[in-house]
Amino acid sequence: MDWEVIVSYLPRYKDALLLTLKIGWQGILLAFMIGVLCAVVMHLKIPVLRCITGFYIELFRNTPLLVQLFFLYFALPKIGVRISAQVCGSLGLGLLGGAYMAETFRSGLENIAPIQSESAMSLGMNRVQTFRYVILPQAVSSSVPGLLANVIFLLKETSVFSTISLMDLMFTAKDFIGMYAKTIECLILLVIFYLIMLLPVSVAGSFVERRLRHAEFGD
Amino acid sequence: MPNLGIDVLFKGKNFLRLLSGLWVAIRISLISVVISIALGLVMGMLMTSRNKILKAVFRIYLEIVRIMPQMVLLFIVYFGTTRVFGWDVSAEHSAIIVFSFWGVAEMGDLVRGALISIPKIQYESAQALGMTGLEIYLYVILPQTIRRLVPLSINLITRMIKTTSLVMMIGIVEVLKVAQQIIEANRRTSPNAAFGVFAVVFLLYFLICWPISRLSGYLEKRWL
Repeated sequence: MDWEVIVSYLPRYKDALLLTLKIGWQGILLAFMIGVLCAVVMHLKIPVLRCITGFYIELFRNTPLLVQLFFLYFALPKIGVRISAQVCGSLGLGLLGGAYMAETFRSGLENIAPIQSESAMSLGMNRVQTFRYVILPQAVSSSVPGLLANVIFLLKETSVFSTISLMDLMFTAKDFIGMYAKTIECLILLVIFYLIMLLPVSVAGSFVERRLRHAEFGD
Repeated sequence: MPNLGIDVLFKGKNFLRLLSGLWVAIRISLISVVISIALGLVMGMLMTSRNKILKAVFRIYLEIVRIMPQMVLLFIVYFGTTRVFGWDVSAEHSAIIVFSFWGVAEMGDLVRGALISIPKIQYESAQALGMTGLEIYLYVILPQTIRRLVPLSINLITRMIKTTSLVMMIGIVEVLKVAQQIIEANRRTSPNAAFGVFAVVFLLYFLICWPISRLSGYLEKRWL
């Protein structure tokens, strides 16, 4: 183990972590918005949009992110759509995540007993009000564990960004291994930096899940 | 309308090569799924035990799989362990090791969930009939668990297939790598080939995974 090497690598790894977090954060935010939008479209059964959304969800849930990124980054420029690597990363992550988030929200919406919307209607609320004030708040809170699992999944998926030449953690590790052949040190740093990124989210996830379960069953 | 380069695929054996690349990905994931299901069943049964040490070990194992991206695990096995232990693992074998490592954890957790969801009265009634521990598992618990597990493990297959696209990074020539090779080889004659070829790869993955995930969804609705 060569500690000097590890210390000298640290700044590059830190930059890579920040880049990964930046793209990951943008992607997850986008995924969240797409997810809510699609889930609402599917739930309210809006005629034509529903078919398109359904197709989008199936398409992106059944293909790997790597292939989606290759398509966005290498194929689209050939028909004149040029997107920078960073935007490609966020967009790809957002589109993939959106499909997963949509499914999570949708199952959250479906889990709400029909009596909730019936009661709201009988209080004189219209469809939009029922959805906005009664259904949505409950659906969001019941799908939080699923959403956090999705966030972890998406942050893990960022590891494929190196293939479209974004200098993320994987790219940095591979670069250093190729240049100086300090394989063990590079891999240990890689693991540590992924732990720094994902352990807090994972711990927060199980904490929130326990709290929610408490809120559900306790009085 | 510019030339989108789909014609490249119909030159020579290009399309066959692409399909054989896809087969490499599917083969790796099928082997890993078989290993995962076999070991995962044992794992899941062990996970229901009350032994504290065993529980802690499984907890750490699950957490590692949950947090570490599969790509990092691939790098550790393919570049790291070969360096530390000085052995020689082919890229395909290390991919199978990593996907099995991941799949056994997933499967074990699913089996544990399914076992727990079986009402206690089933065990008690079986015991009252004079069955031994092994018999209870073989004749009462497992048949019921398997029914719940089939849709979930089919779902695991699609996830494996999707994740195998990563093995390109450790030098296995699978469908994406073949696609890149085809594009490179035809750069002069068909500069737009990237669009057509990657679109077809996109579609191929969808056509493989979509029916499988539909099947899993259908079985889940029917059997649960």
